[in-house]
This record gives sequence, C-alpha cells and structure tokens, in this order.
Amino acid sequence: MSTPTPSPAKPLPIPNTETAPFWDAAREGRLLVQRCRACGEHIFYPRLLCPHCMSDALEWVETSGRGTVYSFTIVHKAPPGFRDEAPYAVGLVDLAEGPRLMTRILADDLDRISVGLPVEVSFTSAGGGIDLPVFRACS
Amino acid sequence: MTRAGPRDDFRDRVAIVGVAESELGHLPHRTELQLHARAAKRALDDAGIAKSEVDGILSIGSARGVRFPSMQVAEYLGIVPSYSDSTSLGGCSFEAYVQHAAMAIAAGLCSVCLITYGSTQRTGGGSFGGGAEPWLPASQFEAPYGLPMMAGAYALAAQRHMHLYGTTREQLARVAVAARQWAAMNPLAFRREPITVEDVLASAPVSSPLHRLDCCLVTDGGGAVVVTSRERARDTAKAPVYLWGSAESHNQTSIGAMPELTVTPAAITGPRAFAGAGITPADIDVAQIYDSFTITVLMTLEDLGFCPKGEGGRFVGDGRIAPGGAFPMNTQGGGLSYTHPGMFGIFLITEAVRQLRGECGERQVAGARLALCHGTGGALSSGATLILGSEPR
Repeated sequence: MSTPTPSPAKPLPIPNTETAPFWDAAREGRLLVQRCRACGEHIFYPRLLCPHCMSDALEWVETSGRGTVYSFTIVHKAPPGFRDEAPYAVGLVDLAEGPRLMTRILADDLDRISVGLPVEVSFTSAGGGIDLPVFRACS
Repeated sequence: MTRAGPRDDFRDRVAIVGVAESELGHLPHRTELQLHARAAKRALDDAGIAKSEVDGILSIGSARGVRFPSMQVAEYLGIVPSYSDSTSLGGCSFEAYVQHAAMAIAAGLCSVCLITYGSTQRTGGGSFGGGAEPWLPASQFEAPYGLPMMAGAYALAAQRHMHLYGTTREQLARVAVAARQWAAMNPLAFRREPITVEDVLASAPVSSPLHRLDCCLVTDGGGAVVVTSRERARDTAKAPVYLWGSAESHNQTSIGAMPELTVTPAAITGPRAFAGAGITPADIDVAQIYDSFTITVLMTLEDLGFCPKGEGGRFVGDGRIAPGGAFPMNTQGGGLSYTHPGMFGIFLITEAVRQLRGECGERQVAGARLALCHGTGGALSSGATLILGSEPR
C-alpha cells in the first residue's frame, strides 16, 4: 500500500489587471461583465478589446445575476482537488445580458437540473480571498 | 462520382506515399522522441524514401515540456529542413499538416515532408487539465469549477445534443460497440474483447451523460506520414494516395466560448473539403472520424453532411457503422479501442491510406477508392478534414 498523499490544491483564479474588477465585485456579491461603448455588446470573459468590433472603449456593468442553464454535466470523476466534492454539477449559464459563463449549478437534488432552467447567482468562498459566482434555480 | 470540373491547385501537386505507427500501448521504456523517431523510420521505409531526401518537417507531441517540437524532432533525426511546422490544432493538427505540406511542396519550398507524432501520455499519467498559465482565461474562469478535461467539455455538448434532439445514451453506446467490433480485426488494437451496449451503459460514470466506455483510451504511441510531390511519387515503394480536398478551422479554445456546443468546426471544414474535391458525402467509401468521445462522432457525422443535424444518434443506431454495415467507419478501432495517445489525428490518416491501398486484410473495405478523415482538437475547438483518393482527382 502506498502512503496517503496530501490532496492537491484546487486551482484558484489569480486576478490580474484585466480581471481584478470582476473578482473585486464578486467579493461584494455583484456579478460584473464588460460592455462595449462602441457597439453595445456585453462581453465575457474580460479583455482589453471588444471581440466584436475591436474597440477598447469597454466599461464594467453590473448584471441582473439571472440567466438560464445552457448545458450542464454531473461530474463523477473529478479532477485533482475536487474529488471529495463529487458528484457536483458544472454548467454553462447564459446571462440575461447575453454572455455565457461556466459555473457550478447548486441544487439539493442534482437530478432536477435541466437545460433551460432559470437560475440566479450567489457567491461562495473558494479561499484565498476569492468568491466564485455560482448559480441555483430561481426562487 | 461527380466532379465539379477541371481543377488544378496545390492539392494536385502532391501524394501521400508513406504511413506508419510506432509501437503503441503502454510503453514505460520509451520517450516521446523515440516514438516520433520509430514512426518516422517506419513511414520512410513504407515510402521507400531515404531520410536524406526529407526537407520538410511537421511535428507535434502531447508533452508540455517540448517547446519546439519540429526543431526537437528534426535535431533528433538529423534533418535540416527548408520547411518547418508545429502548428498546434490539438488532435487534428495532422490533417492540417497534410494541407500545409501540400502547400509547401506546391510552392517549391520543399519536396519531401515528414509529419510525425509521439506521446507517452499513458505512462506519464498525463491529462490535458491543470498546469496551464494562471493568467489564461480558462485558468481564471473555468478551472475553478472542477470540470474534468477533456471529458467534461464533451459531456456538456452531449447533454445539449440530447436536450435538442432526443439523442440517447444507447445511441452513443453504439459508437463504442462498433469501434470494438472493428478493433477485434486489428492485431494492433489496445482493446479487442467484445463489449455490448449494456456494458457501455453500465460502465462507471465520468461526467454525465458520458461514462467510461464513451471515452477514448489513454495510450502511449506515435505515428508518421510522408507527403511528397506528384513527380517524386512516381517512384515510391507503394501506390501513392492523392489529396482531393482539405480544410482546417477553429471556433474557440475553451468550451465556454463555443457559440453552439452541438455545431463543431466540421460544419465549416466539411463543406469546404467536399467542394474542393468536387464530390458529395455519398461518394465516400470509408470514413475515419475522430472519436475522442462517442458524442464527437455523432456531431461530426452531422456537420460533415452524412446525415441531417440532430440525426447522428439514429444514423449510427442500426449497425450502419459496424463491420458489414453500409457506412464503414473507424475501421482500425478508433481512439475508443485501437489507440489514443492524446492526439489521434495522425492515425486517421494512416488507416485511410491503408484502406485506399487495400492493405487492411480482414477489415478491408472492398473497393475503397475515396476516404474521408476528420480530426477534432481541444474542447471541440478545432477541426480539419481531408478527402483522399486512390486515384488522382
């Protein structure tokens, strides 16, 4: 038998100049995305330039925190750092403002998650001063 | 077979003249470079071309630590090229390399291109997850949620395909069962014992709706392909195989940035490749479709036009893709049962060439004259299509 090895750490975001406003707002319970002042499109993930029109006139705007589940998967064979949490649901959520983001879908019963489910954001501490946006069915 | 009319472009200046695998399977005594080298030597011998003639090198492997793959492989083999390429499109890099080699040869940059691949992903315990630069978008906005890569990304696509089109796990399982039936006729296949739809359904869940037997193997191994000019191909060891059509593209890198998870880059590259070849999907005698996961095959068949969008599950559901069926596919056993060292694309080409040469023995598709290879890379990110013929187009 091999000796137990310590669990590997979970990957945590390391905010930089491009992304710090997103993570700072998350700590305050607000979900931000960028909006292009030139073409009006909402953008996620954060960038230097608008991927639609290449304008650099991007501003941060607060979202409604509401969206729908675009797709999801129940993870059974979790990557290193997450094994004690399985099974859990990872999903892609389409925000009401347009952009899609990857997230956790929280539910008391994972079988009740479905494509198209209306969801709303909340935030969960991941340690290291990072609060991750996660979603659950709208109340 | 219909043709659009007389054509003459770079594809008409070249032929594939050599293909080979390295050793395959579990190879703890081998390094990645040795697998590139073994496959390269075998492919050049297959072509009857000396290493001294090679003046184009196109190489990539699965190891993160090899920063300059074509330079590393060329040095190891003692090659000083006039054309060099390590474009990384993931698993479909090799379909793109055939197109690049054809362009380079037609442009007069080189005359014999050696395409190589090697990986010790099984021995290295490697997966594609983790270890990425922390500032990359996926490191910040995807990795913290614990999606297992690559299976989780393809699971998201499978879930959505089921939602939109009523695709079932049983239909996905048919892909894995057919691959195993073909593998039973390939002595080099890693898994050859028969499996049933029930075995696939009952295998351990990985990331719903994908279970263990919906997922490709993780093996060690390498492969190589030799491309040369039509003139040089007149005097090679075996019958040349001709390039009728080719195309490459990518939608995105991360799965979260994919516009529609059920529409792959094959929807871009398939029509371009068929138009270039001047044929339709109905003309294809044998198909080699990247099968990283069972869902990859269904969506790719739809996007290439072999069946309407959403019909992939029904298309594979009646034994059509199994031995003896009307649509011979992944005749070596695919990444699901033959080998999958991380980037399967080179093995699509080796099998297509062997089928067109009539070398496949028990699993030979009788009279195969036109073959299609479609590679998929990353998280449904990239795609590249080749249409190959036993005769010039």
